[in-house]
Amino acid sequence: MSINRRQFLRRAGMITALGLGSSFIISGFRKKEVAEAAGFAKAPKDLPAKRWAMVVDMSKFKTDADINGVIEACHKLHNVPKFPNTKDEIKWIWKDDYHHTFAGGHNEYLDDHVLHSPFMVLCNHCENPPCVKACPTQATFQRPDGIVAMDFHRCIGCRFCMGACPFGARSFNFRDPRPFIEGEISPDYPTRTPGVVEKCNFCYERLADGLMPACVEKSNGGLIFGDLDDPNSEVRKIVSTKFTIRRKPELGTQPSVYYLVGGGEDA
Amino acid sequence: MLEKALSGSKRYWIWVTLLLAVIAVGLFAYMNQFNNGLGVTGMSRDVSWGLYIAQFTFLVGVAASAVMLVLPYYLHDFKKFGKMVILGEFLAIPAVIMCILFIFVDLGQPMRIMNVILHPSPRSVMFYDMIVLCGYLLINLVVGWTTLGAERKGAPSPKWVKPIIYLSIPWAVSIHTVTAFLYAGLPGRHLWLSAIMAARFLASAFAAGPAILILLCFIVKKVSKFDPDPGVGAIQSLVKIVRYAMIANVFFYILELFTAFYSNIPEYSAPLRYIFFGLDGHTSLVPIMWTATALAFLGIALLVFPTRKNGATLTIGLLSIIIANWIDKGMILIVAGFVPNSFERVIEYAPTLNEILVTLGVYAIGALLITILYKVAISVREEKAS
Repeated sequence: MSINRRQFLRRAGMITALGLGSSFIISGFRKKEVAEAAGFAKAPKDLPAKRWAMVVDMSKFKTDADINGVIEACHKLHNVPKFPNTKDEIKWIWKDDYHHTFAGGHNEYLDDHVLHSPFMVLCNHCENPPCVKACPTQATFQRPDGIVAMDFHRCIGCRFCMGACPFGARSFNFRDPRPFIEGEISPDYPTRTPGVVEKCNFCYERLADGLMPACVEKSNGGLIFGDLDDPNSEVRKIVSTKFTIRRKPELGTQPSVYYLVGGGEDA
Repeated sequence: MLEKALSGSKRYWIWVTLLLAVIAVGLFAYMNQFNNGLGVTGMSRDVSWGLYIAQFTFLVGVAASAVMLVLPYYLHDFKKFGKMVILGEFLAIPAVIMCILFIFVDLGQPMRIMNVILHPSPRSVMFYDMIVLCGYLLINLVVGWTTLGAERKGAPSPKWVKPIIYLSIPWAVSIHTVTAFLYAGLPGRHLWLSAIMAARFLASAFAAGPAILILLCFIVKKVSKFDPDPGVGAIQSLVKIVRYAMIANVFFYILELFTAFYSNIPEYSAPLRYIFFGLDGHTSLVPIMWTATALAFLGIALLVFPTRKNGATLTIGLLSIIIANWIDKGMILIVAGFVPNSFERVIEYAPTLNEILVTLGVYAIGALLITILYKVAISVREEKAS
């Protein structure tokens, strides 16, 4: 039997379509099984929450030294490298003064205490995160507990999320970070490859073990962490009874980091 | 038809070799970037997009501008553009390919680029940008190749290609609109957060794109026997399009300036103050922006007055418009979107040599593709004429 070119092409096309179609069906089924097998079961000690949030009690952060230990604890645990060139800098937690942290609200006659206090800044884990919306691969995503997390293996390094974040919370591995990790490498969190974005993750790896984030543990009560959705949580009580401010609330992203200004006691 | 690109004069081969040499240098620079990370560029934590994404933005406009020939020719039966339409389509193809390459070289993990398809994210504008760009590339390849192939055989274009041609018109508008949405939808980037962004993009595209096309036609006329505008005034018609598009572009820019400066909201005016006057003592973009401003007005003037009919002054006018648009869109718009940063601090950006070499390499790939495609089109036309 001989076939002409047209017939050959038609048959080849049909077989290809059939093959592609059936492979899709099979992989579709398999995907479900894999998801079920993986279970996504909660770790036994995992702290439950609907929306993790943090309050920074400014009465406890009066000098740089109060913050430096907190930064150190976070960066050490998460293997955050220290680059000599600020251009390549990676930071999860850092500090800035009032006017730069709360950019747009310039007021030169503000109380001296506020003006000169160092403000701790980190990812706000927004309720409506623009970075998650921007990401073309869902490498950055929002967990059911509100934490905005990163998948370092899926990130293509397009940095759209860095453009989208109104808080400058995201850093990019412009260079190989591993040689720039100071001291021992922490076994509790993976190191990163060049070319991916990273940021604060509210220590979800510690929450899964029933622990508070490293910065909170190190803060001597200056950082209060809890579930904003729970009316009995400490964060919720502070936010609903005392005067707190957030960075750029006008953008509607609903940041989950609150700054308690004016002192804890006299507020 | 591609075989026509394989035979040419000595001059043709010297040009091709030159381009290949630039591509080789660019590839070398890219390998350096690939091995050492994007740290070899001038981009930073604060200015996280630079020359690459800016070129991407500019070239999307060049690609979209083919519609300025397709629309009058196919929708309004504007016969003067008959010989030029193919050149417009064959400019769009390399422009889109350069766009894709500029996105590729900008990625930190280029080997994972397929994640965009493996994990589609319909909430991301980048997802739609990928779709419209790839679609536009396909449309222009099909339309350009089919119409030229039919012309070569002396037959009318097949009927099925007509709907695709009509589709290419809104599609061209879509590629630049979606590209503008990449920027215009981001909260906290005040230079970009503007409803008029897409309109500005289209206006500047329809000025710079056809201006480049006219210059290419001048070159084609010089190096071949094919005349894209054999005394019918196609080029002068295109000049009118360039002129009005550029006037609209400048007008839109002035609207931005008014809103930012009259409202006096500091965050809105800060990037514009940085561009035009410098901010906190940082002035690296100021002379460049004023050059663009001067060139924009010079270009418009040369295209409004009878100087537009003189070959030399027309060329200067078109070059002014191309450079002004390139500075605005292919450099400043993207960089200044990040200045001042989210903390109202000014951290400046300047491209590194490695970054510039990669950029030149991608442009050389584009120029090579234009050369090949134009060579095919010209050879078909010359064959028909003889």
